[in-house]
Amino acid sequence: MSKTLSAKSHSLPAKVWAGYALLALALLVAPFIVGQVGGNAWVRILDFALLYIMLALGLNIVVGFAGLLDLGYIAFYAVGAYLYALLASAHFDYHVSAWIILPIGALLACFFGAMLGAPTLKLRGDYLAVVTLGFGEIVRLFMNNLDRPFNLTNGPQGISGIDPVSVAGYGLNKGITLFGQHFPSSYAYYYLFLVCMLLVVFVCIRLENSRLGRAWVAIREDEIAAQAMGINTRNVKLLAFALGASFGGVAGGLFSGFQGFVSPESFTLMESVMVLCMVVLGGMGHIPGVILGAILLTITPEVLREVINPLQRSLFGRSVVDPENLRMVLFGLALVLVMLFRPAGLWPSQRRREELEDDA
Amino acid sequence: MSDVLLRAEKIGKVFGGLKALHDVSLTIPRNCIYGLIGPNGAGKTTLFNVITGLYKADGGTLELNGKSLIGCKPHTIVRCGVARTFQNIRLFGHMTAQENVMVARHTHLKAGVFGAIFRPPAVRREEAACRAEALRLLQYVGIGSQANRVARELSYGDQRRLEIARALATEPQLLALDEPAAGMNPTERETLKNLLLQIRNDGTTLLLIEHDVKLVLGICDQLSVLNFGQCIAQGTPEQVRRDPAVISAYLGSSAA
Repeated sequence: MSKTLSAKSHSLPAKVWAGYALLALALLVAPFIVGQVGGNAWVRILDFALLYIMLALGLNIVVGFAGLLDLGYIAFYAVGAYLYALLASAHFDYHVSAWIILPIGALLACFFGAMLGAPTLKLRGDYLAVVTLGFGEIVRLFMNNLDRPFNLTNGPQGISGIDPVSVAGYGLNKGITLFGQHFPSSYAYYYLFLVCMLLVVFVCIRLENSRLGRAWVAIREDEIAAQAMGINTRNVKLLAFALGASFGGVAGGLFSGFQGFVSPESFTLMESVMVLCMVVLGGMGHIPGVILGAILLTITPEVLREVINPLQRSLFGRSVVDPENLRMVLFGLALVLVMLFRPAGLWPSQRRREELEDDA
Repeated sequence: MSDVLLRAEKIGKVFGGLKALHDVSLTIPRNCIYGLIGPNGAGKTTLFNVITGLYKADGGTLELNGKSLIGCKPHTIVRCGVARTFQNIRLFGHMTAQENVMVARHTHLKAGVFGAIFRPPAVRREEAACRAEALRLLQYVGIGSQANRVARELSYGDQRRLEIARALATEPQLLALDEPAAGMNPTERETLKNLLLQIRNDGTTLLLIEHDVKLVLGICDQLSVLNFGQCIAQGTPEQVRRDPAVISAYLGSSAA
């Protein structure tokens, strides 16, 4: 935190620039390579990885920076997704542009974030986790049951036929045609999500290195001392909740447009836990770590899904365990191992690693 | 402006059945070092916590520059001009020394969410100024060379001084120090003494809790002595030193 970004960029050696250039190139061609190797399904997985990066970075503001444990984060994703679904589908026959809905979604999620934050400000740790968990479930149950008395969310069936996101009048669902070859919509959405993800990363880095970022870390380290330094801990914590939620809201809207369908099933507690795992596993409060966590936790289960069944067949001649169950077992095992051997996450910030070593 | 900076009258604080503070009154004049002494458990830190808003007084009045502080939250009291350090050092251990001081500049910076994200020239200037001010304060307390070291790696004496620098960064009128010399060796104490005198000479009033009687009598302009939550003596170090009630509190009643 002691060096600002601007200070760094003035003295970037050529090697680092080359690294960035390579990374940019890799990000640009990634869907084509992945698509060549694994087919369109894997490009979709790549898209989801980008969405999860946005979610994990949003949650990282609350959990990683400000140190507030939130187990209901997926509720904000749901709010963003449903807002998009309601305003851009045949359900109410509104067809508002995505570029209007996404900012509204961010604001609405912000509002929900503050609503969740306000009553829970005095809670810490486990207690906060329980309340946020309840909040996440309440939002999901509302989505599930608001088909009566007036059909707002279409209940468990969800809302389908959602308009795709269009960029400059061009619907991304049409895919892209390059060099006479046609690529499906997942390729087009990849670039939209990539831009959004980079924006989120940028915002996170800027926030981290600001007066607010310092205040969040101060609260995480010692709330009483933070107060004694003139920080209004109530407002600063609320801000963390609201800002974190807004990222979730935007990601939710994008998800809605990409998927064309939303239902309460996409917003279960398991999803909140997954996003939290991405943050914790990657390295709380460390932006590159969180990104790594999100990518690993999106891609690994899919790899396992592809590998488990053929592996079982070749070993036992038939499928012994349902791949879905085995996947969760392996996943749990991986988490336990990481927590045992790298308790601060796979790629922690220097500061966080020390904090955890102190606690141990 | 009157000569009185802080006026506390009949402050009471009860924890369960224990009267931690009972009708404590004190008046701190501007530009002085005011000492608060007393045996362990006398209520010194409780009074500190009431003044800095960590505890809410059960009764009495508390005014800074004639403005009541009763019922104010700690962060508001900081904005009013009272900063503090803690008896058991409470630094942000994993931030660097400079970052610790920068955190305390919080109320003097304006950047909000959009300022932080878009970082317009005004915010850049503000951040640069904050960084420079933090470094200046570290040099002022004599630990400028430690600016980029993580706070918890600093030596004990340096941590104490970092706490002072951090408190000064809020630009207080009253700086309340809770046992700043605790655990320091004689050389460190001497430097600390000079630092405190320097701070007073630069126009900040100090409220000092200290066990080191030599230090307190040496630098304080005025003193209050607490015992069992009550103020038993007040005055200049000379007066307090001779006060029979003080002698009996410290040495037992038979010595008086």
